[in-house]
Amino acid sequence: MAVLTDASGAPRGWRLRTGKDSLWRWFGWFVLVALTVFCWRVMTQDTIWMFVQDAPTQAADIFGRMVPPRWDYANRLWWPLWDTINIATLGTIIALFLAVPLAFLAARNTTPSVMFVRPVALFIIVASRSINALIWGLLLVAVLGPGVLAGIIAIALRAIGFIGKLLYEAIEEIDERQVEAIRATGASGAQVIAYGIVPQILPALATIAVFRWDINIRESTVLGLVGAGGLGLALEASLNTLAWPQVTVILLMILATVLLSEWVTAKVRRAII
Amino acid sequence: MSTVAAAGYPRAWRKPPFFRNRTLKWALVAGAVVYLLLALASVEVNWARLSEGAGRAARLFSGFLTPDFVSRWGDIWQGLIESLTMTVTSTVAGILLSVPIALGAARNLAPWWLYGICRGIIALARVFQEIIIAIFFVAMVGFGPFAGFLTLSLSTIGFLAKLLADDIEEADPSQVEAVRATGASWWQTVDYAIASQVMPRLIGLSAYRFDINFRESAVVGIVGAGGIGATLNTALDRYEFDSAAAILLIIIGIVMLCEYGSGLIRKRIQ
Amino acid sequence: MLRIEGLVKKYRTGDAALRGVDLEVGKGEVIGLIGPSGAGKSTLIRCVNRLVEPSGGRIFLGDEELTAMSGGALRRARRRIGMIFQEYALVERLTVMENVLSGRLGYVGFWASYFRRFPPEDVERAFATLDRVGLIDHVDKRADALSGGQRQRVGIARALVQSPELLLIDEPTASLDPKTSRQVMRLLLELCQERGLAAIVNIHDVMLAQMFLPRIVGLRAGEVVYDGPADGLTPEVLTRIYGEEDWSKTGPQEDAEDRHPATPMPRVDEIAAEAP
Repeated sequence: MAVLTDASGAPRGWRLRTGKDSLWRWFGWFVLVALTVFCWRVMTQDTIWMFVQDAPTQAADIFGRMVPPRWDYANRLWWPLWDTINIATLGTIIALFLAVPLAFLAARNTTPSVMFVRPVALFIIVASRSINALIWGLLLVAVLGPGVLAGIIAIALRAIGFIGKLLYEAIEEIDERQVEAIRATGASGAQVIAYGIVPQILPALATIAVFRWDINIRESTVLGLVGAGGLGLALEASLNTLAWPQVTVILLMILATVLLSEWVTAKVRRAII
Repeated sequence: MSTVAAAGYPRAWRKPPFFRNRTLKWALVAGAVVYLLLALASVEVNWARLSEGAGRAARLFSGFLTPDFVSRWGDIWQGLIESLTMTVTSTVAGILLSVPIALGAARNLAPWWLYGICRGIIALARVFQEIIIAIFFVAMVGFGPFAGFLTLSLSTIGFLAKLLADDIEEADPSQVEAVRATGASWWQTVDYAIASQVMPRLIGLSAYRFDINFRESAVVGIVGAGGIGATLNTALDRYEFDSAAAILLIIIGIVMLCEYGSGLIRKRIQ
Repeated sequence: MLRIEGLVKKYRTGDAALRGVDLEVGKGEVIGLIGPSGAGKSTLIRCVNRLVEPSGGRIFLGDEELTAMSGGALRRARRRIGMIFQEYALVERLTVMENVLSGRLGYVGFWASYFRRFPPEDVERAFATLDRVGLIDHVDKRADALSGGQRQRVGIARALVQSPELLLIDEPTASLDPKTSRQVMRLLLELCQERGLAAIVNIHDVMLAQMFLPRIVGLRAGEVVYDGPADGLTPEVLTRIYGEEDWSKTGPQEDAEDRHPATPMPRVDEIAAEAP
């Protein structure tokens, strides 16, 4: 028989959370709000609000200068477009060659040493992921000079972390019984990987690779802003000379490229499944 | 029923190929080879510059081993504060704005005109790379972290609102029906039936997005939208590799913290 | 031909799965291994081919001491032992033929196996074995396209193609319906008789064990409590093995024929969250 009154005889109510729990939640929200307000104030202490109020006028001004687009400029963009696609594709390929072994070293069930090798592999993956392709690009242009090579390596360096992380998680999720069965036939370590593990992770690898290529196309279009080749170089040049009608054409070309790569990605994914 | 000759069993076997259509397979292989040759040929490698670069790369490496946090600490601290405050405020603003937009972009909740508008906003926010958006905001509101805040808020909306809207569309309709059948208003239905299904994902995704926003905040500084990217750019322009290494290590450290934190949060809400 | 002496298996948590098991299996002898869950049946057979490392004791296959081997010698010894798994443990995305040929991996080098270039004798043996188990029409089908009973027979073919001397069979009928269970048991017995194979069959269905297996070993809490003919399984003996549990209820489990292990696939939001 359910208890309908509490100790003092008053009817027992229902609350989603106990009093103490509620208090902690309110405190948590308060801290969050306070932190946000604090950050806002610090961030905007040097903001010139006059400029912000002026923004709509500025926006209208810029968009006015951007139309009509300078269509003939498109003819000078084909080579940069070719460069952009190469940066993305070659960068992805290089990254795949490096990330696949790295993922095997980082996965708990395939690493040769959980104590020493795995943490190093995981660190490489985190370091690669923490730094966006554009920052890698900045670094590489400072070291190697401007050009497509810096772009390719920048894309590859970022992609290693992306592919490595998702792939090692997939490796850790395989069905170990299939691996056990192959081992029981007397197969060598390499054969166990080739017959037991690789068939299980191949769909995941293909999906990850094609997703990353898609993202890399987007990234490659702007790498030129730091000098690493492709359409971004044209963008940088046009912005420096305030040639807004050209900027419009470049942006439209970027848009078309991104849409195309998304279409290709969708087709490839359908073929994998 | 056996389909083999009674005399014996085949002694040869080949695995059925992945591409059933042989001409398609060879066309793709040929295309790939041609592409690779052309692409590799188009990469101009200036070997002279490259060997100079080797020297600089060595200095960068040694910079990592002896990172200099001290000489440029003022600039680094300034950039770091800008990045962190930008990350917090834009993530919060992004979440706050994403929720209504996601509700409006869910086919099972919104009228068709609202659905169109909200999905349009989401598409617009996603189509261009953050740095392009940053350039425009800088042109509109001036240099500084406020432009970065606007940029990251917009891209947060593009990210969160889309995933949320997709989630809401996939919410279990029977739960929604059941709550609506009690006579609940639209808002109550959202609160009881949908929020409980979607909330855990929202919290997890927000934690992820905080991580991404911090990384992006390091990037938008390159075009003047505030943050540690500008400090890094300056350090590299001056070839101060040990300061640059220090900045990179700080970025990696904070991203690792964010990842650890978001892992904790996701575990607690599961 | 198989001799187990004082086999012990202790886990780091302190649990002792096997507490000194002694067992001898003669050439061509098929024995059944029964006992309650947790008695150590699976652990015992996995210790024989060292998929699980014993903590103590010795195991001899013929003249060779399995527990003293490592590396290449162990792999060569494993070739002589064929293992058949409860949930088939086929590589789901490979074809039937590839799964069967993988039984010969211990005999071919890495590159040959990578390019699927197995010696003609192996291919012939694979086809013959597939015909024997009734699957010759499914040679190039993917393993996950088959039913449970068919997948179990591919697993049997894989073990046989190794030309083993001993079969270790782990709950072959656990995931099958009663009729298919009997078919599989009959097939296994016939194959062992035809080829003179010794076998240890880990089985939880006592009635099935009594029906097909001449000699039964009862395991309880890591120790052998019965080792004798099938008709020696009186109610007292069964109570000794299974305790006060109602052993008459140890029948086949629910039909889980078409359960597929899921292929790992990154979730879309994980990918989205990773960008840019």
